[in-house]
Amino acid sequence: MAASYFDVDGTLLTTNLLHPTIFYLLNQQNPLRSLGKLARTAVRAPQLVLAEMRDRRLFNEMLFSAYEGMSEDRLHCLADETFDAVIKRALFPHARDLVQTCVDQGHEVVLVSGALDFLMGRLAAFLGAHTVIANRLEIKDHYATGRLLRPVVAGPEKARLIRDHAKLKGHDLDDCFAYSDSYSDVPMLSVVGHPAAVNPDAKLERLANAYGWPIVRLEKESRPKRGLTGTVRELLS
Amino acid sequence: MTHPLVVTLDRKSAPRTIFAGDRLVEVDMPAGTRVIYPRAPLAALKDPDAAIRYALNHPHGSDPLHAKLRPGMKVVIAIDDISLPLPPMRRPDVRERVLTIVLEMLADHGVEDVEMIIATSVHRRMTSEEIRHIVGDRIHSKYYPHRLYNHDAEDAKGMKELGTTEMGEVVELNRKAVESDLLIYVNLNLVPMDGGHKSVAVGLCGYRSLQAHHTPQTMRNCHSYMDPSSSALATSVERMGRLANKTLNVFTIETTVNNRMFDRPLEFLHKNEDDLSGSERTALRALRFTLDKLPQPARQAIFQKVPSPYGITGVFAGETEAVHPHTLAKCYEQYSVPIRGQADVLVTGIPFISPYNVNSFLNPLLVSVMAEGYLFNMYRNAPLVKKGGTMIVTHPCTDQFDKEHHAPYIEFVHNLLPETRDGLELHKRFEKKFASNPALIQKYRSGHAYHPAHPFFMWYWGEAGRQHLGRVIVVGADNEYIPKLLGYQTARSMPEALEMAQSHHGPSPEITMMHMPPIVMADVTV
Repeated sequence: MAASYFDVDGTLLTTNLLHPTIFYLLNQQNPLRSLGKLARTAVRAPQLVLAEMRDRRLFNEMLFSAYEGMSEDRLHCLADETFDAVIKRALFPHARDLVQTCVDQGHEVVLVSGALDFLMGRLAAFLGAHTVIANRLEIKDHYATGRLLRPVVAGPEKARLIRDHAKLKGHDLDDCFAYSDSYSDVPMLSVVGHPAAVNPDAKLERLANAYGWPIVRLEKESRPKRGLTGTVRELLS
Repeated sequence: MTHPLVVTLDRKSAPRTIFAGDRLVEVDMPAGTRVIYPRAPLAALKDPDAAIRYALNHPHGSDPLHAKLRPGMKVVIAIDDISLPLPPMRRPDVRERVLTIVLEMLADHGVEDVEMIIATSVHRRMTSEEIRHIVGDRIHSKYYPHRLYNHDAEDAKGMKELGTTEMGEVVELNRKAVESDLLIYVNLNLVPMDGGHKSVAVGLCGYRSLQAHHTPQTMRNCHSYMDPSSSALATSVERMGRLANKTLNVFTIETTVNNRMFDRPLEFLHKNEDDLSGSERTALRALRFTLDKLPQPARQAIFQKVPSPYGITGVFAGETEAVHPHTLAKCYEQYSVPIRGQADVLVTGIPFISPYNVNSFLNPLLVSVMAEGYLFNMYRNAPLVKKGGTMIVTHPCTDQFDKEHHAPYIEFVHNLLPETRDGLELHKRFEKKFASNPALIQKYRSGHAYHPAHPFFMWYWGEAGRQHLGRVIVVGADNEYIPKLLGYQTARSMPEALEMAQSHHGPSPEITMMHMPPIVMADVTV
């Protein structure tokens, strides 16, 4: 049996890691706490941008530190709401079709994402995916410490995790498929026999064209890129 | 006595000008070469709309269309896609004319539940503008995209199995069409392999049904595609179509067009070079010079962006099998040229277009489809070239693909053909797996790419030619790699290619040249 490994943000969803995080920050115990958390994140925005440019793993670690102090209960209670309000609405129009085709072909569908595991679990159930490889928050005494458990799912680490998963499940990587939108996922795309660029960024599109990888567009029309303010505005609306 | 359209060259004959992709090349052919020219365009119908109304009201083997209509019924209209005609027809396309009259008639009879499906099978989805071109502005703005859309052969819920023929062929068609009260098929029949049962049984089917006949073995048993009575493909499709027609209420409308592929300024392209006037000779030289100097996209635009002024020559309606012989007769009347005896060497130019590269580049796989597929198969009775003979084609064989339309072709040509050129082996080892690639399927479903099974079907298209021919020599290839992948020998010039052929057929081989486009087919008597 083959496996299909999917990156999620930008590939199947129009959103990125910021969107659910901001939704969580906006839904703290009281507005004052929400405001405080949002302000702290906004102040760190330039650092986040620099981290994103330098190393996706560093960006993930910095972003998820915003969860520090949130109770495990709250994280899980809000997960359904986050899924309905942020994730489900952000699915690309043809994302479900693509995943369904993989399921129909008998593939094990694996979501490989830098997002948080409890959100990706809900998405997997909705799409009919079988397995999730995602980031996990460290929890101590029922509260998030703001740190991520190892391994952090990002960049080249995704490739290693895919290799380990395939070995564990007995998949021949030459028969496997991988899908991503981002040049940062080239290592993940390169380990399988059938890589595909989905809604690719310019650098990945150039690479896909050079290597003859299929370029799939799941959106009906391209959407304008949103910054932090745009994201907050959309989530508040 | 030979037919006037079969010209035997002598020492004084002018060089012939033939296509080499989107360029024209001049080739000197030896004395004694027979050149087959296309027939002049048949006279177009003076009042096509009247002919359409007449056909709908006086159908073959069926009640008139109006008698089949009742208020509140569900009607699906299936329409041939952009692969016909080539190049696309100048507006109004004959399908627009037919649809306008049919839709009026439906409205007059209180039929409001109407959907139109472009019968693409596993061809690429047509773009909105391409659909507009064939159905016209009014119909497009009223029906597109919710009631006028492309068939999706990979939408599992949108397909419905009708049954299996006595030969085990699974008939699975578009569910909307199957569940309609009346299915009207609007066809444009460019060549004799189009139309008939192929319209519904192929145009609205999916990969499951195509696997019954789009196989190397079936293709090897077609002699030729252009002669349905000798085509295993047509026989299989007929069985499946008959089964479909037992369940469905089908009303077929077939139309034929003439051979007017080039408008007046380029009309000389189908003339005997010895009969060209002084001004035509100058125009031909100027065209050749211009095409040589222009970059490829500009050359493509010259030929592909200018629609052809085809004239409508026939409209026939009614029951599928009762209609089709009339359509076929019209096609043969336009294309067929009688010729006596087979040749050792068949020479032909490969033009810029095939049914599978409308608005895109004729990639290497399509070069092979044109050579051993379409051009070899332009015959009835017997191939133009003897068994083991040589086919010489002119084309640059550029390693270039349209990355959207022909995405699955790239991997097929560069990853699978180096493994094997054997159609049976490709079919057995690679087809199913390749055809189920989810990314390529998604590109077919939501992009504008051909289905991943399509490159295999394209390769099989040349199977009969490949089995029959001793060799294919390509003249003017800009690389050695692609011809080698396709199994071709290469020559820098026509004399060199003829010399290579002589080493197999002796010093004076019998040479026949097909001078096309426009389309010509040979009725060969041996």
